Amino acid sequence: MKALVSVKRVVDYNVRIQVKPDGSGVVTDGVKHSMNPFDEIAMEEAVRLKEKGTVTEIVAVTIGGAKNEETLRTALAFGADRAIHIKDDGEIQPLTAAKALAAAVKKEDAKLFLCGKQAIDDDANQTGQMVASLLDIAQATFASKVEIDGEKAVVTREVDAGLEVLEVDLPAVITTDLRLNEPRYLKLPDIMKAKKKPIETVSLADLGVTAGAGVKTTKTAPPPSRSKGIMVKTTDELVEALKGKGLL
Amino acid sequence: MSVERDVMEYDVVVVGAGPAGLSAACRLKQKAAEAGQELSVCVVEKGSEVGAHILSGAVFEPRALNELFPDWKEKGAPLKTPVKRDDIYFFTSAEKGFKMPGLFVPKTMHNEGNYIISLANLCRWLGQQAEDLGCEIYPGFAAQTAIIEDGVVKGITVGDMGVTREGEHKPDYTPGMELRAKYTIFAEGCRGHIGKQLIAQYGLDKNADPQHYGIGLKEIWTVDPSKFEPGLVVHGAGWPLDLVGTSALGGSFLYHLEDNTVYVGLIVDLSYSNPYLSPFDEFQRFKQHPVIRQYLEGGTRVAYGARAICKGGLNSMPDMAFPGGVLAGCDLGTMNFAKIKGSHTAMKSGMIAAEAVAEALIAGADGSARLDGYATKFKASWLYDELYRSRNFGPIMHKFGSLIGGAINWIEQNIFGGKFPWTFHDLKPDHKTLKPAAESQKIDYPKPDGKISFDKLSSVFLSSTNHEEDQPVHLQLKDPSIPIAQNLPMYDEPAQRYCPAGVYEVVGEGSDKRFQINAQNCVHCKTCDIKDPAQNINWVAPEGGGGPNYANM
Repeated sequence: MKALVSVKRVVDYNVRIQVKPDGSGVVTDGVKHSMNPFDEIAMEEAVRLKEKGTVTEIVAVTIGGAKNEETLRTALAFGADRAIHIKDDGEIQPLTAAKALAAAVKKEDAKLFLCGKQAIDDDANQTGQMVASLLDIAQATFASKVEIDGEKAVVTREVDAGLEVLEVDLPAVITTDLRLNEPRYLKLPDIMKAKKKPIETVSLADLGVTAGAGVKTTKTAPPPSRSKGIMVKTTDELVEALKGKGLL
Repeated sequence: MSVERDVMEYDVVVVGAGPAGLSAACRLKQKAAEAGQELSVCVVEKGSEVGAHILSGAVFEPRALNELFPDWKEKGAPLKTPVKRDDIYFFTSAEKGFKMPGLFVPKTMHNEGNYIISLANLCRWLGQQAEDLGCEIYPGFAAQTAIIEDGVVKGITVGDMGVTREGEHKPDYTPGMELRAKYTIFAEGCRGHIGKQLIAQYGLDKNADPQHYGIGLKEIWTVDPSKFEPGLVVHGAGWPLDLVGTSALGGSFLYHLEDNTVYVGLIVDLSYSNPYLSPFDEFQRFKQHPVIRQYLEGGTRVAYGARAICKGGLNSMPDMAFPGGVLAGCDLGTMNFAKIKGSHTAMKSGMIAAEAVAEALIAGADGSARLDGYATKFKASWLYDELYRSRNFGPIMHKFGSLIGGAINWIEQNIFGGKFPWTFHDLKPDHKTLKPAAESQKIDYPKPDGKISFDKLSSVFLSSTNHEEDQPVHLQLKDPSIPIAQNLPMYDEPAQRYCPAGVYEVVGEGSDKRFQINAQNCVHCKTCDIKDPAQNINWVAPEGGGGPNYANM
């Protein structure tokens, strides 16, 4: 069974995000980028399924400019067999991404499409769902446990009230949540080997997709800074202060 | 505990992807290509990416870069802001200061032809050049120890991943690899933790003065466009440190880059004597000086970081080679303190090291003999000449202070061309300069206003520092009892103050007092390893990828 895993290059989770002074977006120049942590979980799950013998080939895919090759190399070091770089320097909106990824699933005839439940940069949480919809196949989102049973996948999802277990027919889209697994440390020899694994470069046009611009970002602003607190000495003072603010 | 380790063999392993290490890597490949030979070169870097642990002023002199890549402009090196104006101030108090007339500026402080840069970004660019030349660069992997067999350095062992705080193996435990090489170039930067061991093991410093250090603290600000003057360089001496005295020395800088970005920083000599001094708080109050504040007011602070520098210069430089390896850059101590520049000298030392290593390898050397060609080439280079001319700057400052020392330095640089017929020495190591707390005056630092000055924790937050929490503490105490039993009564445990990242705290009351190490805050500046009066703190590399994530520093 072939698994296609989509991996996105995002600003690293350790980096404190800075909004550009003109509000046109966030600062990305000179800032550390890495693979979206939820996609790392998807990658790890694919590798575990391959180690179990369920998955036979893992293909990593990403969309974006030349620097995204680094993210693919990381995926290859995780254990992807090969990678596809859908190269485009422009802005990629979720629908465009979903269309391109759906085209890649078709092209590869993959049985399983794995990706993080969302990317930590725009938190859109749409791509997996839209890929399933565009391909008219089943989807199981927010997976915290995945078992493949022949032509079916049994997926446990975390929902507000507890756990929900879904059974979906393959091919299917599975988006991965935080508790699914803990991604492994990349080993130096695997990173070395990854440099030699093949990456195929295609364009959006090759996949028959035109970049859409349905959503326009009008403004990016940092969260308002918290105003200074006051120290109260007694409970009476606290009650007074709360009353003064109309909270009691 | 013996573990099975994977092994990779290279001709050369370089430890550290800074200006020295990357220049060495590039030069090795260039020399191999000239000779029509293959040399395999591997660079390991403890930061999560190239540039993540690089922090510098930085006014950059392009001399070494011109030699390494004469076509750096075409190749897009990030040198974008030429220095347009040089101001030097003597700050006499929190409110006052005077600008030094151009005539009195020592030659070493002239910056025509230099650029204001982000050294982190230059290193990112150098890393790309090195990869294009065929070097393998592995960020996120920390060299932990040198492999030494029969007295010969045979490479390095990379740190293990997946070890708990108590030293147990986690399920995802991954032993670090052995990277073996004919020659290993150590370019870890100031107070490299392996370099320190090698200097001791091979007695490399037996003919050198003690190394001297400073801690540099830096912030990046986005300022009001009306106050922004691209290319303006402001250097300062004096307040909040000493101008006439010699108990707390140092200097300050403020550079205007592009896009309303301003770098501001303070370098505090680690030879200071008052254990109550806090370099971080000195920096915060320094920014309130009207000369500095005028630029920052209304702006936003976007980044913070700190790093120790080696400033002993030529007098403090250890022997540079030992069997199987060499030291380069600030692992060796090549900074020119009179110019307050270390990037071009680090690059040049890496290049000279690489030339010596490449020549030896091309001639068929196996690395077991000491590489004496390195020192010979160094002595014949402009780097030696430059460091020779600046050799007296540090010792004169330590002896006479900024104002008088500055005047003597002016005479030496502008009249004698850096070639005084005598050499000054400073033989007291920085960890021995503290006076007992009982003989020192407490310093009452002003509270941060949250606009120009800030507290430590919100500052560390801006360095994007992160470490895996469950790992062995990488700040090792040789004797865990010393902080509370000795340092606290004697010096009021100065680690609480000299650490710019709030790693060290004394918590609890009375007899319950204990020394707490918040290792995950560590910005890898190495100050504790240098300044601890008992020399009891040993900085070792944490799990690879940990530490600050500096952008544009």
